[in-house]
Amino acid sequence: MKKILLVLAMFWCSISVFAQEYFPKNDGVKTTNNNFTAFTNARLFVTPTQVIDNGTLLIQNGKVVASGASVKIPENSVVIDLGGKYIYPSFIDIYSTFGVEKPKRRPGGGRSAQYNPSREGFYWNDHIMPENKAMSKFKFSNQKAKDLVKSGFGVVNTHIEDGIIRGTSVLVALNADGDNSERILDQDAAQHLSFSKSVTSNQSYPTSIMGAMALLRQLYHDAKWYKDGNSSTKDLSIEALLANQSLPQIFDAGDKMQAFRAAKIANEFGLNYIIKGGGNEFERIDDIKNTNASYIVPLDFPIAYDVTDPYNASKVSLADMRLWNQAPTNPGLMAKNGIRFALTTAGLKKASDFKTNLMKALEYGLDKTKALEALTTTPASLLGKSDQLGSLKNGSYANFLITSGDIFDKNTTLYENWVQGHKNIVNDMNIKDIRGEYDLTIAGKKYLLKIKGKFSAPSSELTLNSAKIGSKMTYKNGWVNIFYNPTSEKTEFVRLTAAVTASDNLSGKGTLTNGNAISWTAVKQAGKEDANGKKDNGNAKTYETVPVTFPNKAYGVKELPKQQTILFKNATVWTNEAEGILKNADVLVKDGKIVKVGSNLSQSGATVIDATGKHLTSGIIDEHSHIAAASVNEAGHNSSAEVTMEDVVNPEDINLYRNLSGGVTSMQILHGSANPIGGRSALIKLKWGENADEMIIDNSPGFIKFALGENVKQSNWQSFNRFPQSRMGVEQVFVDYFQRAKEYDEKWKNYNKLSAKARARTKAPRYDIEMHTIAEILNKERFISCHSYVQSEINMLMKVVEKFNFNVNTFTHILEGYKVADKMAAHGVGGSTFSDWWSYKNEVNDAIPYNAAIMHNAGVVVAINSDDREMSRRLNQEAAKSVKYGGVSEEDAWKFITLNPAKLLHLDDRMGSIKAGKDADLVLWSDHPLSIYAIAEKTMIDGAVYYDYKQMQQIQEDIRNEKNKLINMMIKEKNKGVKTQQPKKKVDKELHCNSL
Amino acid sequence: MKNLKNIFFSLLVLMSTTMMAQQTPAGKQKGSILITGATAHLGNGQTIENSAIGFDNGKLTYVGTLAQADRNSFSRVIDASGKHVYPGFIAGNTTLGLVEVDAIRATDDDAEIGGIIPHVRSLIAYNAESKVVESMRPNGVLMAQITPQGGRISGTSSVVQFDAWNWEDAAVKADDGIHMNWPNSFTRGRWWLGEDPRLVPSKNYSEQVEEVVSFIREARAYLKGSQSPRNLPYEAVKGLFDGTQRLYVHVNGEKEIVDAVNFTKENGIQKLVIIGGDEAHKVADLLANNNVSVMISRPHRLPNKEDDNVKHPFNLAKLLMDKGVVVGIEMNGRMNRQESRNLPFFAGSFAAYGIGKEDAVKMISGNAAKILGIDDIAGTLEKGKDATLFISEGDALDMRTNIVSHAFIQGREVSLETHQTKLWKRYSQKFGDK
Repeated sequence: MKKILLVLAMFWCSISVFAQEYFPKNDGVKTTNNNFTAFTNARLFVTPTQVIDNGTLLIQNGKVVASGASVKIPENSVVIDLGGKYIYPSFIDIYSTFGVEKPKRRPGGGRSAQYNPSREGFYWNDHIMPENKAMSKFKFSNQKAKDLVKSGFGVVNTHIEDGIIRGTSVLVALNADGDNSERILDQDAAQHLSFSKSVTSNQSYPTSIMGAMALLRQLYHDAKWYKDGNSSTKDLSIEALLANQSLPQIFDAGDKMQAFRAAKIANEFGLNYIIKGGGNEFERIDDIKNTNASYIVPLDFPIAYDVTDPYNASKVSLADMRLWNQAPTNPGLMAKNGIRFALTTAGLKKASDFKTNLMKALEYGLDKTKALEALTTTPASLLGKSDQLGSLKNGSYANFLITSGDIFDKNTTLYENWVQGHKNIVNDMNIKDIRGEYDLTIAGKKYLLKIKGKFSAPSSELTLNSAKIGSKMTYKNGWVNIFYNPTSEKTEFVRLTAAVTASDNLSGKGTLTNGNAISWTAVKQAGKEDANGKKDNGNAKTYETVPVTFPNKAYGVKELPKQQTILFKNATVWTNEAEGILKNADVLVKDGKIVKVGSNLSQSGATVIDATGKHLTSGIIDEHSHIAAASVNEAGHNSSAEVTMEDVVNPEDINLYRNLSGGVTSMQILHGSANPIGGRSALIKLKWGENADEMIIDNSPGFIKFALGENVKQSNWQSFNRFPQSRMGVEQVFVDYFQRAKEYDEKWKNYNKLSAKARARTKAPRYDIEMHTIAEILNKERFISCHSYVQSEINMLMKVVEKFNFNVNTFTHILEGYKVADKMAAHGVGGSTFSDWWSYKNEVNDAIPYNAAIMHNAGVVVAINSDDREMSRRLNQEAAKSVKYGGVSEEDAWKFITLNPAKLLHLDDRMGSIKAGKDADLVLWSDHPLSIYAIAEKTMIDGAVYYDYKQMQQIQEDIRNEKNKLINMMIKEKNKGVKTQQPKKKVDKELHCNSL
Repeated sequence: MKNLKNIFFSLLVLMSTTMMAQQTPAGKQKGSILITGATAHLGNGQTIENSAIGFDNGKLTYVGTLAQADRNSFSRVIDASGKHVYPGFIAGNTTLGLVEVDAIRATDDDAEIGGIIPHVRSLIAYNAESKVVESMRPNGVLMAQITPQGGRISGTSSVVQFDAWNWEDAAVKADDGIHMNWPNSFTRGRWWLGEDPRLVPSKNYSEQVEEVVSFIREARAYLKGSQSPRNLPYEAVKGLFDGTQRLYVHVNGEKEIVDAVNFTKENGIQKLVIIGGDEAHKVADLLANNNVSVMISRPHRLPNKEDDNVKHPFNLAKLLMDKGVVVGIEMNGRMNRQESRNLPFFAGSFAAYGIGKEDAVKMISGNAAKILGIDDIAGTLEKGKDATLFISEGDALDMRTNIVSHAFIQGREVSLETHQTKLWKRYSQKFGDK
């Protein structure tokens, strides 16, 4: 019975004031309630910054009518005196899936990928679904609403978390008493987006993040074109997209790097994405700030790893350990850096984690006002609903919380959460908090009584002269009952009972073990309200966090290396210029450039490096790499010229540092070889610690990956329905795309030639990123680096492009280049090859390690590349193999990995040799650089030292010490009884040409 | 550099006279041979300057200084002044001859189905005429262990030499040992079910170890009994208990290595070799004390963990040798077969990071032979052993100077031609390179 009462109390509700007035009524008389409810004597947070002591909140019909210090209370008001309790606007979760079931994955397709869309009348890509409406799937969930209400939420913005464009969300009040007619605040509150494909379609494109980015861009171009009336067909997706244009755009990035990518697109199209982050934004907080976007920040901090088994602990990476240690600082750092953000419960396993983790964020430096803003005014304003939500200003929904005190204090109790004027009782505020320490005297003995635990159902702890006495208590309906066993020999009890009154003391009647009745009083000790013994006032605790590095993992740097003035003395200098190899030479570096090469140089203020017995070379350039990339292939189409690797440069790949250790300073990050026309390249310098933009070489020439042979015809895996399936088809793909691009280009050229007037009369051609890119190739503004193996296809591509009046820039891999070296030389194409790979597939049967030598002797510009994150860090050895296989001179062999790739990448005016005026990208070697015994001791890029062999070993020590420290912290956490997770070992995926 | 080029051209001319489709195995050594004037790297850590190396009937008959050698008692003298002589290098744990082209399934014979299949033997599938195998010889790699792959107990390996008409001829030591992939104490999260894709402690580890323990115990019991009816897997591991076969345990983690060592000790297995051993340095004392040798992974690999020393794969040889562990090199990894010809350079890489050059030579000659149990006949240049050796123009561990002019296997002078040199010559001639 009691239980039922309690449940009733929880969901006691005022009469539904919003009952639709035009609905017929057959179950009684029609009633209308226009009464007011006034909450007086409250500490009233009208907004996070506008706080009124002894304030009054007046509500009527689910809305705030007035709030302030002197509110006139109408006659027909129910007045609730809060006696100093606090009122806050209730919280808003802007990123929710409340009441919207996640779509189920469609069972897998056939043995071949699906290239065409499944829908008709919509956009050509199934993953673009702006027409979706969360409202159509929305079903109010009482249980989930209750959990959220308990955590202080009043409104959620909920959406279908599926697809790249996910359609509109619905803004809903967590009003369990009303129905959808009342609680739906906006059925098209925001449009949601992400980089992830829908599970409801097996359409292959896009298979990569860069593909998703290209798709979004093309969609925005198409929408504009459509809007301008250029399309002769109907597209329901684009029409929905245009209709959603004015809504807030919420982008689920889920990670800082993805956030940068989303922000990049937003900036290109003048959009304002509200980016849902991943909680790791603090790792590059300056860059996050520079996106100028607003954020939605999760509170799903990682829990500590169970590191009590030293062996298992050894598998946990420093990065993962740090994330545990540092992640709770994320909200605080966002706030300190002036980044506008809302908090969300998204990602939390259970609703109760919200308060725990929010408290943690506060302990780790989040300001209370900012926290409140992030839960109220900020989400309201991001949704364009500041006039209705997030504050308790006149006209707002009556969504508010009543608490015992500061809502962000651990010991504060949330009493009530009102939603649209409906009361939800979380904790009965009429229950007096009797927790504390009392002096209790019974039968001449002075006991210490501690009442502690949950304030609505506390427990007792009774001690006599510090000896614990077994006791039990109940506290119900305003009555306290305590019984205890004063002597341990017999099971006899003293029973005490008392009604709780306004007094701080407890007094009542009791029965001793002998049955005698007594009166008793327990006198509360002053200043001991919190019987938990912890008198912590708020969140003043400071937690030790280890410093963030760039990137925030092993070998990351606390500060980026700076350009220095450095004088290398007495080195053997491999100039790659007419001077050849200079013995006992000096090289001066200043402001990022090589200033002088000579002997007996001096420069005041320069750091002198004694290079006696050592070799100084220009940095190694890898023409073909797939490291530092978040994805490699966009395999969803047979041409993906619309994608660019620049979108997916991952500056946090540990292999960047590992490659520096092998003297690599620059590389071309190529798209893979899944399709004949691949994506555009990123040319980067390995500036470990910098962000992606800083790594990408300024004004780098445009490149694009092409591919031939087994990979593009999908010989080595199950796929039978994508053209081409043979080398014959590969040629036709090229002819087709080149011809279309040529016609596309002419169309635009003609259109652009028109006068403004004529243009207004003429339908604009559709802007096509893919065609635009291929037209750049035809116009010699972009260069092809083509994955190739056998002579027939190599010959074919040269003949095809010659018909279109341009040249292939580079054949990469080019394992049978030696068979057509004369033709290559005549065409003017370079060859960038492996030194000695062969026999891994049929088309490399005739691959020979003499390939580089033969092509070189035939006059082809030859480079040795890696296509492999391990090999690239010893490309010097691979170049040396050309000395063994084919007798290439050592100087020429060295150029295979420096000057020649620079030439192939059109960067030889800036790098590739040691010459005054060129970039100071230098490597100091312990030995002859082509020798197996050579170790790169220093690797310099633009005059700053990014790698130092000795320093690396010191960092090893630092990593060990830091891990040790973090492990101790985690063990402490476990000993405190905090939940831990089992150790996990990171695995990074190795990416190659054919990685999908 | 001109010099090297000249050497190349002369070699080219020399070799083009003997061009053939597949390299024909050489006939038995006819007449004794003395190689004079070279720096001899004996494969046991020692060198002899200005040496003389003599052999007859396939066996070494003289290893010493030139000064003390009797030139006249040899029917052929090869002047190798300024050059280097090495014992033929031995690659451990390869799949040479078991697969020809990775992507063509029909050429793939390196793994069998079934979890515990020690009776499966690599030797009979070894293709002595593989084009990949012949490409080993010009780099000085003349012998290898041929190892079956996959499963828990993958099967039985054999040691072969690289100049043979068929697998029977090729065998140097048939069925040298049993290969076991030790269970991993970490396993990948089922990411396809939405689990964390990182590796997590395996729930099945003890069960998987128990499976192996139980097999070995059963086998041992079986071998003590009447052995009827016959049980092929049990019989296949007989050599483990009498010491005639090695147990090669492929294992990398510290904990797993310790478990493997204890497992062999407790189950009467006489000779244990660790293959891989990424974390073997952490338990080096245990290994040294129990005479467990290690064939470490090729140094041309990335560190296993993001936090690891960037140079760990290169440092490992020194870390183990300093503790007295006998160390060799194994070939597991991508392009296992094709990369085996880079064996000398793997050793050279270890030499760059802390060990002496002769110790590096030893890893792929004397130590390799000791580990594989063929040190009575191969691995070092010592009187009485097989005359399996080669002459290099320079330091064979460095690719600039690893230019092999002569190679002998059991005294037979083998061709240094390959499919690749033939193509090289054909197209060099086409373009009039020379």
